[in-house]
Amino acid sequence: MIARIFATAVTEAHIARRNRWVLIAVALMVVFSLVLSAAGSAPTGALGADRLSVVVASLTSLSVYLVPLVALLMSFDAVAGEVERGTLPLLLTYPVARWEVLAGKLLAHTAILIVAILAGYGVAAAITIAADPAAVAGLGALWRLTWTSVLLGATFIGIGYALSSLARRVSGAAGLAIGLWLGLVVLYDLGLLAAVVADDGGFFTTDVFPAALLANPADAFRLFNLTASQATAAASGVGGAAATIPLWQSLLSILIWPLVSLALAALAFRKVEP
Amino acid sequence: MTSTLTISHLTKAFGGVKALSDVSLAVEPGERVALLGHNGAGKSTLMKVILGLIAPDGGEISVCGAAPGKARSQVAYLPENAAFHSALTGLEQITYYMRLRGEAVSGAMELLDRVGLGHAAKRRICTYSKGMRQRVGLAQALIGHPRLLVLDEPTSGLDPVSRRDFYELLDGLAADGASILLSSHALTEVEARTDRLLILSGGRMVAEGSLPELRREAALPVSMQITALNGYDTDIMAALPDAIRLNGGLHLNCTQEDKLATLARISAMQEKVTDLEVIPPSLEDIYSHFSRRDGQ
Repeated sequence: MIARIFATAVTEAHIARRNRWVLIAVALMVVFSLVLSAAGSAPTGALGADRLSVVVASLTSLSVYLVPLVALLMSFDAVAGEVERGTLPLLLTYPVARWEVLAGKLLAHTAILIVAILAGYGVAAAITIAADPAAVAGLGALWRLTWTSVLLGATFIGIGYALSSLARRVSGAAGLAIGLWLGLVVLYDLGLLAAVVADDGGFFTTDVFPAALLANPADAFRLFNLTASQATAAASGVGGAAATIPLWQSLLSILIWPLVSLALAALAFRKVEP
Repeated sequence: MTSTLTISHLTKAFGGVKALSDVSLAVEPGERVALLGHNGAGKSTLMKVILGLIAPDGGEISVCGAAPGKARSQVAYLPENAAFHSALTGLEQITYYMRLRGEAVSGAMELLDRVGLGHAAKRRICTYSKGMRQRVGLAQALIGHPRLLVLDEPTSGLDPVSRRDFYELLDGLAADGASILLSSHALTEVEARTDRLLILSGGRMVAEGSLPELRREAALPVSMQITALNGYDTDIMAALPDAIRLNGGLHLNCTQEDKLATLARISAMQEKVTDLEVIPPSLEDIYSHFSRRDGQ
């Protein structure tokens, strides 16, 4: 079992390397982290936080957009591509379970994502600490951001596999992935904010809104990092809500979502008839 | 010895359209069986059911003593137009398949050499020709020691020399006890290289047996081409009332049973005949006879 999962992972890694996905993912993360850390290096004395914590707060807002995007870009082809190339029937006649195939792909794609995240955050941290050695105090926040980013990425990789299995065509899977990214990462928050404004402190704001934030993996990720670091509540539009939701709830959402999305992916893949 | 593959009364429909109806067959260890049929006759569907890729609607199947898809380590498959990820090299692709089958990957290069791809092993599959991709497909079907090989048009895209090499590989596998079920359009090569033919038409098994058996069952007429000595053709036509004039000669069809008697009558007139050609029904004729019998 383990050997078969690793075999798939190694093969997927070869493919990703040749398709330049590793390069694209790493370059995206590094470039955006560089821009943010340069912006974050501006004087921040008034906030009373170390510079790295400030950079981490900016990186959190960046990662909420970028990590799901990179994860979906890597994963949308996983099943639909095999179906369209005609490689899936042969693969499924091999003594390998469908979940083992997905697990192998997940392993490879997550590894690439980890490399990209480490490269991006590493560059940002190196620059910040070089500019101000006192910033090492923020390393804890950076570490928290790193592992939650990996979990967020795994969640969206799983969602990408599920969409890929449902669409069965690469073009359809790409469309679904972009639509889902826009919906969960961009429009979801806008919709919630609009509803909160319209509701003006009523039932929606007190009961539905926190649950709605926790139900979205991207929002849970942002909440957890902002609440935990308590650095810059003002850095985010949903920051105000962060204070009212206990840390353990957003942590739970972050931990559960990868399992849910991978279970969905496995279910959707099982329904694919070659 | 028990059969490697047994199918009885298999039925499969796609949205009300019957792709396979009441198909029964058995393949013994060491037997090479060819599956013939026109496009859409159900060959690929039958293979996919055997492989467990699609579930049948009715009937029973036993593959290496298990349900389809449950004995995958003993079954090898070569899909029609075998496709692979173009970014991988031939060696990487074969290595991957060997790992999935739990075979030692040290044999990957040897396997590629066996199908004549050793020189291109480290090139990406996107640079391969169709015939080379087909050989990657063959190579993966040879991994391990499968007891049943299901090959969907294995020789398409191969040149005549490669085809001969391929059938020699199959002979070796069959001699070791592997069962082979292959589909093909190339009737003449299948005739010489398989033990038994199955003809599918419109989802039904319309004929089954060795070529001589099918020939007998079809009872197609033998045709004879007689070239008469100048001026004697009317005499010959009088003696053989069934003969017709065709392309300047005389053409005659007769049944298998009447063949010798007819030949005797012709040889009795040998001073009037310059040449005689006897044409037995070709494999194509037999094949069309069976596959068109149901009004296809």
